[in-house]
Amino acid sequence: MRGDAVFPAVTFLAALAIIALMLLIVYQMTIVALPSLERFGAGFLTGTTWDAVTEEFGALPAIFGTIVTSLLALLIAVPLSIGAAIFLTELAPSPVGNVVSFLVELLAAIPSVVYGIWGLFVLVPLVRDPLQRVLGDYLGFLPLFQGPRFGVGVLSAGIILAIMILPLVTATTRDIIRMVPSTQKEAMLALGATKWETIWRAVLPYGRSGIVGAIILGLGRALGETMAVTMVIGNAFKISPSLFAPGQTMASQIASEFAEATSDLYISALIEIGLVLLGISLLVNIMARLLVWRATRGVGGRLKT
Amino acid sequence: MIKSSPLPTGVTVPVRDEERKVSNGGVQEGLVSIGLNAWYGRLLAIRNINIHFEPKHVTAIIGPSGCGKSTLIRCFNRLHETVPGARVSGQVLLDGKDIYSPGTDPVQLRRRIGMVFQRPNPFPTMSIFDNVATGIKLNGGMKGSRLAEIVERSLRHAALWDEVKDKLRNTGTDLSGGQQQRLCIARALAVEPEVLLMDEPCSALDPIATMKIEDLIRSLRETYMIVIVTHNMQQAARVSDFTGFMLAAEDRAGELIEFGPTPQMFTNPKDKRTEDYITGRFG
Ligand SMILES: Nc1ncnc2c1ncn2[C@@H]1O[C@H](COP(=O)(O)OP(=O)(O)OP(=O)(O)O)[C@@H](O)[C@H]1O
Ligand SMILES: [Mg+2]
Repeated sequence: MRGDAVFPAVTFLAALAIIALMLLIVYQMTIVALPSLERFGAGFLTGTTWDAVTEEFGALPAIFGTIVTSLLALLIAVPLSIGAAIFLTELAPSPVGNVVSFLVELLAAIPSVVYGIWGLFVLVPLVRDPLQRVLGDYLGFLPLFQGPRFGVGVLSAGIILAIMILPLVTATTRDIIRMVPSTQKEAMLALGATKWETIWRAVLPYGRSGIVGAIILGLGRALGETMAVTMVIGNAFKISPSLFAPGQTMASQIASEFAEATSDLYISALIEIGLVLLGISLLVNIMARLLVWRATRGVGGRLKT
Repeated sequence: MIKSSPLPTGVTVPVRDEERKVSNGGVQEGLVSIGLNAWYGRLLAIRNINIHFEPKHVTAIIGPSGCGKSTLIRCFNRLHETVPGARVSGQVLLDGKDIYSPGTDPVQLRRRIGMVFQRPNPFPTMSIFDNVATGIKLNGGMKGSRLAEIVERSLRHAALWDEVKDKLRNTGTDLSGGQQQRLCIARALAVEPEVLLMDEPCSALDPIATMKIEDLIRSLRETYMIVIVTHNMQQAARVSDFTGFMLAAEDRAGELIEFGPTPQMFTNPKDKRTEDYITGRFG
């Protein structure tokens, strides 16, 4: 019976250690970021210059790039993921569903750098032509699709992010949909709903808070994704309304410049970007986990029994 | 949609209305099953069920747990086949037409045959109003005031209107269990089905809520054909005109042991097993 007392204690310590580690990381990053914090203050978040020579650092373009690429990724990935999750749970015969499910989860296991290489050699040429050619020719009156068609840039980064978050959002949405009680589906079917109406009016609404959670989980992943984005985004520090333009995200900024950062202030500024990224990611992930957790525990449905 | 098919007697439908009234030999009005079997995968859940439900009558299905009562009534709105691996054989005739004929669309059929489930299952993300309106919206929708009229009528019919008329915009799950079940009944009534299948509608309810639902069933009897599955034999005796008793055979397949007018079933059953079940329960 002693084991009963020891085991919880050990797990509790392990949990404490994780929290302590987290706090330690934040603390140490703050120490290193201190010079930048003191020098630029809140202006760091709104500054648009990033100049190592004059030691003038502002993070707005990186923040902007992060938001644009992540939103673009969601725009592409969310409809695909929800569609795939519906197919896997409600439409596919179960052997097919299982195989596809497995493949989707396998996608999540591909290392980021492999996505990057693939992006650089396969995706970027395809983005240049036909994608940018078609978008530029037909929708070129929109500022979104103007400028030189390099291939590398915000558009490619958004697409590669979409592919990378697809497995996570699909698998989470699939689990949420599986949690929808069959009594809900049967209630809708019994009223004379088609399969599609049942999904649309009973299954998705019942799971909506969990699905929103799945989407935010994908957002969290997209915000922090580094390697593949660094390889295809073009690493240019500017804010451009065009998706064709090269850009920068917070993560790619750190990854591409850390090795060449020489002065203390330079390093300090990069670390401060890291802190901002950490803060945003934590917030987004906590929100997402709460939503998914609530939904899979059945609280989301709020059914009295 | 629903094709006619040969009847067991060999007479073919359709018969003209006057003829039907006179002879009534060709078309059996109501819901009839002939040699109905249903499987879950390899498990035969009900075997060779021959039963007849008449319009404007209440029929109760009684029997011990697991004997296939739910399975049987789920065959009548073709909900059984939506379970993966589930299968049905035999015939079910609604006003003489086989609902399992290849030409029958189960979606259309389910609009004619409503169902109330064992546990109240309102849609949690919808308001009370929308819960009731859902079936109508599925049918192609209609204009606001007409819709509101039907919702009100259905809620009145289900004896819930007075309790919810001031909070139609609240979610249905804010209601008590008994109210939720009446909401589900209103939801089923809103599409004006011809048949109402009820699977132990009171099993999750207290005696007062149960009384309300029983009153409701008695009043709905004027308009609908009602089939009610129940564990409670007093309830069967109180609300039904006919009673069917089911029992699982050795191989777990449920069979219809006896079927007849309710008073006779309870006072003078023909089958020993029916008598055992009924008297056993009554002590
Ligand atoms: N989804 C299912 N998959 C496999 N077997 C099932 C399923 N549903 C029911 N069964 C089996 O079919 C048989 C009949 O079940 P059914 O639910 O029709 O019984 P019932 O008479 O309604 O029982 P109860 O009074 O407990 O509701 C049982 O042996 C049961 O185990
Ligand atoms: Mg049952």
